[in-house]
Amino acid sequence: MQVTISINGKKYTRLIEPDMTLYSFVRECGCYSVKCGCETTNCGLCTVWMDGMPVLSCSVLAVRAEGHEITTLEGVLEEAKVFTDFLTAEGAEQCGFCSPGFIMNVLAMKRELDHPTEEEIRHYLSGNLCRCTGYMGQMRAIRKYMEVEA
Amino acid sequence: MYSIRQFVRASTLEEAYQTLIAGRNNTVLGGCMWLRLGRRAIGTAIDLSALGLDQITEKEDTIEIGAMVSLRQLETSALLQQYCGTLFRDAVSGIVGTQFRNTATVGGSVYGRFGFSDVLTALLALPAQVKLYHRGIVSIEEFAALPYEKDIIECIILPKRKIPAAYQHLRYQATDFPVLTCAVGLLDDTYRISVGARPGRATLSYSGAAPDADAITQGLKFSSNMRASADYRRKVCPVLIRRALEEVQSCR
Repeated sequence: MQVTISINGKKYTRLIEPDMTLYSFVRECGCYSVKCGCETTNCGLCTVWMDGMPVLSCSVLAVRAEGHEITTLEGVLEEAKVFTDFLTAEGAEQCGFCSPGFIMNVLAMKRELDHPTEEEIRHYLSGNLCRCTGYMGQMRAIRKYMEVEA
Repeated sequence: MYSIRQFVRASTLEEAYQTLIAGRNNTVLGGCMWLRLGRRAIGTAIDLSALGLDQITEKEDTIEIGAMVSLRQLETSALLQQYCGTLFRDAVSGIVGTQFRNTATVGGSVYGRFGFSDVLTALLALPAQVKLYHRGIVSIEEFAALPYEKDIIECIILPKRKIPAAYQHLRYQATDFPVLTCAVGLLDDTYRISVGARPGRATLSYSGAAPDADAITQGLKFSSNMRASADYRRKVCPVLIRRALEEVQSCR
C-alpha cells in the first residue's frame, strides 16, 4: 500500500507492506539516528516524536503514522546540540547507542513539564535504558540543562 | 514475527465491526505494543484512529473514556483525578515508560484482559461499564469474565461521582510487569476490591461494606509463574489490600 508520511517537515511517499513499522520506515528514509535495541518495547532507543509526543517507533505501524508529523533527532539537531554539550561535559555517554532516543525523550520532557523535580525526571525517562553509564552523569547533565533552559 | 495482510482505517464503527466479523483472522488494533512480540498472522488489521475515540469526555452523569485513549492520557487527566484521585495515575505510571504509555490504549488493555493488566485492576475497583459496539453495555466485572469474542470496545463509562480509590502493586523492578496488583474503590459505603496479576486476569474480589483482607485473600485463587509462587502472592495479597484500604479510608 502507498503511504505518505511527513518526517522532519519533508513528505516521503513509499509503497510499503501493512506490517512495516515506523522504525523501519524512518530508517529507509535516511534517519539513521533511530535505533532498535531491545525488540521488547522496553529500551527507548527507537524513540521518535509523533506530533511532538515521544513514541516507540518499533511498535507503531508505519501506516498509522500517515497524516502525522514525525520528528527524529535529525529534525531537532540545533536544540539537541544545547543538551548534548551538557552530556559531554558531564561524561554522561559511553557507547552512545542509546543517546538518540534518550535525547529525544529529554527534549520532549522539557517541552511537556515545567520545572520537573528529580523524581519527575526519573519517572519521565524511565523508558530509556542505558547499559553503560549508570544514569548519574545523565541526571547531572539534565539538571544543568534544565537550569539553563528554565 | 507477526504479519498483516491488509490494513483498513475504519471510517465508522459499523464498517470496523463488519470488517472484524468478515474473517477469522481480522483484528482490531489497539496500541500494538505487544504485537511484535507474538506470531500473529492478521488478515485485516482494523484501525480505529479516525473514529474520535481518543478522548476522555465529561457527560452530564458520566465520564466516557474512549477506547483509543492512551495510558498517558489516563495518567495525566485532570478530570479523572478530580473524580477518582490518583487511582489511574498510580495504576499506569509504572508501565514501561512514557513513550510506551503514549501509544498503549485503554481499549487494547481492557479488551486483552491480560493477567498483568494494571488498567483492568484499577477499573474493576470502580462501578465502571464497558460499551461494546455489538453486545452493548456491560459491567466491567461481567466483561472481565467474558470469553474473547469478536466485538469492539467503544468506551469505558464511569459514574461522574467522587470515588475515593487507591491502587497498590508489587513490582520487583520499576517498569516491570507486576507480581500482584490491587485496587480499592469506595462508593456509598460499598467497597469494591479487585486483585490482579495472580497471575490470572484481574477479578472483582470483594464488594461489600466490611472488607477483611485475610478473608478476601482466602477466597482467591493464586498460581505460580516465573515472577512469583502462588504462596508468595497469597502472603503479599492481604498486605496490598490493607494498604489500599487504609489509603481509601484516609480519603473519606
